Amino acid sequence: MEYIQQQFIQMFGAEWGAMLFSLATNMTFIFAIVVPLLLGVAYLTFAERKIIAYMQIRVGPNRVTFFGIPWLRGWGQPIADAVKAIMKEIVIPTGANKFLFILAPILTIMPALAAWAVIPFSPELVLANINAGLLYILAMTSMGIYGIIIAGWASNSKYAFLGAMRSAAQVVSYELAMGFALVCVLMMSQSLNLGDIVNGQQGDSFLNWYLIPLFPMFLVYLISGVAETNRAPFDVAEGESEIVAGFHVDYSGMAFTVFFLAEYANMILVAALTSIMFLGGWLPPVDIAPFTLIPGFIWLLLKIAFILFFFLWFRATFPRYRYDQIMRLGWKVFIPITLIWIVLLGLIMQLPESVREFPPLNIWF
Amino acid sequence: MNFQDIIFYIFSAILIVSALGVITVRNPVYSALLLVLAFVTCAGLWLLLEAEFLAITLVLVYVGAVMVLFLFVVMMLDINLDQLREGFWKWFPFGAVVALIMVGEMTMVLMGKYFGLEEMPTPSAQDADYSNTRALGRLIYTEYAYAFELAAVLLLVAMVAAIALTLRHREDKRSTNSSKQVQVKKEDRLRIVAMPSEKKE
Repeated sequence: MEYIQQQFIQMFGAEWGAMLFSLATNMTFIFAIVVPLLLGVAYLTFAERKIIAYMQIRVGPNRVTFFGIPWLRGWGQPIADAVKAIMKEIVIPTGANKFLFILAPILTIMPALAAWAVIPFSPELVLANINAGLLYILAMTSMGIYGIIIAGWASNSKYAFLGAMRSAAQVVSYELAMGFALVCVLMMSQSLNLGDIVNGQQGDSFLNWYLIPLFPMFLVYLISGVAETNRAPFDVAEGESEIVAGFHVDYSGMAFTVFFLAEYANMILVAALTSIMFLGGWLPPVDIAPFTLIPGFIWLLLKIAFILFFFLWFRATFPRYRYDQIMRLGWKVFIPITLIWIVLLGLIMQLPESVREFPPLNIWF
Repeated sequence: MNFQDIIFYIFSAILIVSALGVITVRNPVYSALLLVLAFVTCAGLWLLLEAEFLAITLVLVYVGAVMVLFLFVVMMLDINLDQLREGFWKWFPFGAVVALIMVGEMTMVLMGKYFGLEEMPTPSAQDADYSNTRALGRLIYTEYAYAFELAAVLLLVAMVAAIALTLRHREDKRSTNSSKQVQVKKEDRLRIVAMPSEKKE
């Protein structure tokens, strides 16, 4: 690493060499995050089809394989789907606004990928260890809505536009509850840095994780995350039985696939954030020998996979919500719960030192 | 000219072009989107000043919330451009006077003794563990607590007023009571009647 830095400084001079070196290392890190993420997205679609199939006593995709290896049957399915999507023609409707029509899917997937910049994978492994990491995440996820609105408007179709309005209103409503739930987390950790938030959950066992003191917030965050990513049972945007597919009804081929990729990338992001905020990130569940030997990176991946399983399980289990009930849940149930919990948490934190020493308060405060 | 300067000039160029575009572009949706671009580039400039909390809050509040509502409204409206252009020359002198007054005020502020490189030197670079958020929070809740509370009350009043102005009580409104719906039991809705089976003739 230092040798390469020396080479850069020799080639471009002291100032420019250092700048270009940090640019090159950052680009390498970005690729090291984005490529596995996109592979994860591809295989999440496969996992979804397989898991829901088994829950419904079916088999799921079991044909496409690599090099004819029989025990890999089905594992080639996401690759085959991707190739199919790339081959298809992207139809741009005549009345559509061409520039915005193409821009919308890009705007949808950009924040889903950009938010990964501050996710810590282990104590040292993080692309940008910034102080305002949590705020950055909130800012990035709130930008995802532009893709939806622009897609609905640029298609120049009333069905796409109505779908965009439905999804946008839903995403805006649940963002509030999500933000308030995260306020509780940052009150506990007293830091906006995601690494510090995980370190604040360090202790003997999983009892120290924010999952226990903030359990209602965990539920609010998880359910809002499902609603935020427009997943079942909150997938009214593409309620097949009531309306046409929603804001992306006029999209085809790869442009449509990018919307799909963004949805799954957002699912993985919400799962990663839930694991970091509430499930202790890279920390093992119990701080004793066999668990601590496993690297923190693996623990984080396991927790992400666990939360993602919930997403798929929800989809196989619950019937779709009615639209007014979605709005009621967001505004009249979740936001009051989060506000009450914030006040409660503030009161507990202001208790005198002697009271806070009693168990179980001494674990968390 | 170093790396930071180049980034500064690129961002400034994008900011000026997009800000000009906001007022010159014909399509209102485009001008709303250009305003979003202007906010994002402005946040980038603030990041160069190491004001990361303000920069991210700008994106979070203006791009993530305010402009979304703007875009909503602009897209829903059926805007007739010709109608908007009517009376441009009639109102032009009035607009020009307002613009001139604004230019005068801006010059008085910017050319006065409060701005300039001597009064506002480049902020010195802070350590890596210096938290902008913590420093701002400490200032807001101690030194400027009164002004902060006043601003909060002002926002609350504006919010209540906006709701009060748009709230209409309608007599014929019908809405569902979800908690009642959930509490319904089988006995409330279903009546099982025992009937003797009919004989076939």
